[in-house]
Amino acid sequence: MSRWRGRFERVLGMVAKEFRQIFRDPRMVRVIFFAPIFQLIVFGYAVSTDLWKTKTFVVDHDNTRASRELVEALTASGYFQVSGRSQRPADLVRALDHGDAILGLQIPAGFASSLQERGGPARVQLLIDGTNSNTASVAQSYAERIVQSYALEYAPTRPIAVDFRERAWYNADLASRNYNVPAVVGALILLVCLLLTSLAVVREREIGTLEQLRVSPLASVELIAGKTIPFAVIGLVDLALVTTVALIWFGVPFRGSLLLLFGASVLYLLSGLGVGLLISTISKTQQEAFMASFLVFMPAILLSGFMFPVSSMPELFQWLTLVNPVRHYIEIVRAIFLKGTNLGALWPQFLALAGIGAGLLSFASSRFSKTAS
Amino acid sequence: MMSRDTAVVADGLTKRFGDFVAVEDVSFEVSSGEIFGFLGPNGAGKTTTMKMLTGLLLPSAGGGSVAGFDIMTEAEAIKRNIGYMSQLFSLYADLTVDENIAFFARLYGVPVDRRRERRDWVVEMAGLDDQVDRLTGELPLGWKQRLALGCAVLHEPPILFLDEPTSGVDPISRRSFWDLIYELADRGTTVFVTTHYMEEAEYCNRLALMNRGQLIALDTPARLREGMEQPIFEIRVDSAPRAVAALQHAEGVVDAAMFGRELHVTLESDADAEERLRRHLDERGVSFSGLERITPALEDVFVARVRAAGGAPVD
Repeated sequence: MSRWRGRFERVLGMVAKEFRQIFRDPRMVRVIFFAPIFQLIVFGYAVSTDLWKTKTFVVDHDNTRASRELVEALTASGYFQVSGRSQRPADLVRALDHGDAILGLQIPAGFASSLQERGGPARVQLLIDGTNSNTASVAQSYAERIVQSYALEYAPTRPIAVDFRERAWYNADLASRNYNVPAVVGALILLVCLLLTSLAVVREREIGTLEQLRVSPLASVELIAGKTIPFAVIGLVDLALVTTVALIWFGVPFRGSLLLLFGASVLYLLSGLGVGLLISTISKTQQEAFMASFLVFMPAILLSGFMFPVSSMPELFQWLTLVNPVRHYIEIVRAIFLKGTNLGALWPQFLALAGIGAGLLSFASSRFSKTAS
Repeated sequence: MMSRDTAVVADGLTKRFGDFVAVEDVSFEVSSGEIFGFLGPNGAGKTTTMKMLTGLLLPSAGGGSVAGFDIMTEAEAIKRNIGYMSQLFSLYADLTVDENIAFFARLYGVPVDRRRERRDWVVEMAGLDDQVDRLTGELPLGWKQRLALGCAVLHEPPILFLDEPTSGVDPISRRSFWDLIYELADRGTTVFVTTHYMEEAEYCNRLALMNRGQLIALDTPARLREGMEQPIFEIRVDSAPRAVAALQHAEGVVDAAMFGRELHVTLESDADAEERLRRHLDERGVSFSGLERITPALEDVFVARVRAAGGAPVD
């Protein structure tokens, strides 16, 4: 048997064995196929920074056609919903205190008359529950815009200095689902690679088969290949699964090239597998590997721009995100899904992914070879 | 190439972990077809020596060869020529018997056209004919152990390393395991085995005794027993524990240990043995009903040698 055929045969044997073990373990099957779908559903449905039917408490002292139309304008958008009305400001305060309302609208008596007859500035008060700063600022800006366009309709003759017309490109409705769902792919592939790779190696160390493998003709590099290829394949299968569900079920737009997405994912896998291997070299038990995986996973996701934009992080952390493969991958994924960007614009991210991946995997491999027994 | 009849050579093998010397200047040769036992208390350096020979650990000093290949530079070639089995019976519990065999056959590069035959051989020798589709994890320990041995020799290696292969296995399984080892040795396989079971040591052609990282004796079991100069007596007393306490630190007594209801006492010389023993026991009020000089058991030799070499590291 030639040298290369021997190598191929051994790696193939490892990969086949690994798949057999994975599919024999119902927990593994759940982790691989159900966890991704579950994550996708959570991010697709539950995690949303969009505003929809925000509970609004109205105190209308004016009670005129004009004031009712203002309330109507707010609720007609769908962003706000009247959850209570009263004539007493104290009720509004209580509603905010108890969380029965997030927005409070107070229209003073004489609103309509100052709007129409006297032409003076009409005043309305908007109170916002700021405990959730995200929702508060979004609600505030939406409400502001609605009130302003309402004012324009009522006083069209007033000169306007700047006519500010906004339009969101690539995601016209600013639907956070379109933004979150593609990014789930990034979190998922990382988790699969990190966790499964490190657990698979450490499990063999625990039961003593790793030592058995080390005294067999299986070379270090073959062992690494045998332990990483299965999880790379699973990572790509999960990518296909999540992308399909994102497109068909959630109707997330896909404007770019599938091939490019596949290429980026392969480069991204290298990092995940590398870190997974690295964790396996420092973990004696599966629990340790599990803990270590999450210790890596959490900051990697938090510093990726998945949930919090990189541009609003402190400068030091912005620099840190440059060595985070998740950041580059999520940028690529979002650009491919929503903008249809091609390699011409994405090559810096591709280069970064390739560099980080190759670096991590070769460092992990050399450490692994030295410490695996 | 070395001569055909030397399978394993250790030449001044030394392994240090920081300040701790796990193996110190160990040299020996193992002939082809020999069953070579490595005996010693826990922590004596047996496993470390074996790991250096099998390429799992690099020696700090010294060298050696296995199957004619240098352990420092030709570890890969060595790995193709040895079988290895540890006390963990390293099989995959979540794979079936057949799947384990198939995996190791591939790993060891058994040619495709020979795999069927080798698989049948393993199944038969391990007595697993009806069990090939069972998960390995469900098998009793003795069967697992035979299967592990079968998997370790699928590629018919000239040299087989066994690291405490029978720990935790019942005596009957141990006996049938050794039958298999004899069978392999008969066909010319060199067997290098570490153990701390005395009965197992008796099965070996030659024994190396290790203590505190050093080789303290190396010979056939028979010659090791004969070579013991201090006489050993088996004595019968009414209370063995009290007799041990009375004799352990008595003058002229090297060692006293219980062997069932009797006592084995090693003396410095056999002059007036009976009289001296009786006196020591009388002082403690232990009644004494007879003594007999015996050929030392391997365990006596082992204990005496270890004691002479400074005692076991973990006592």
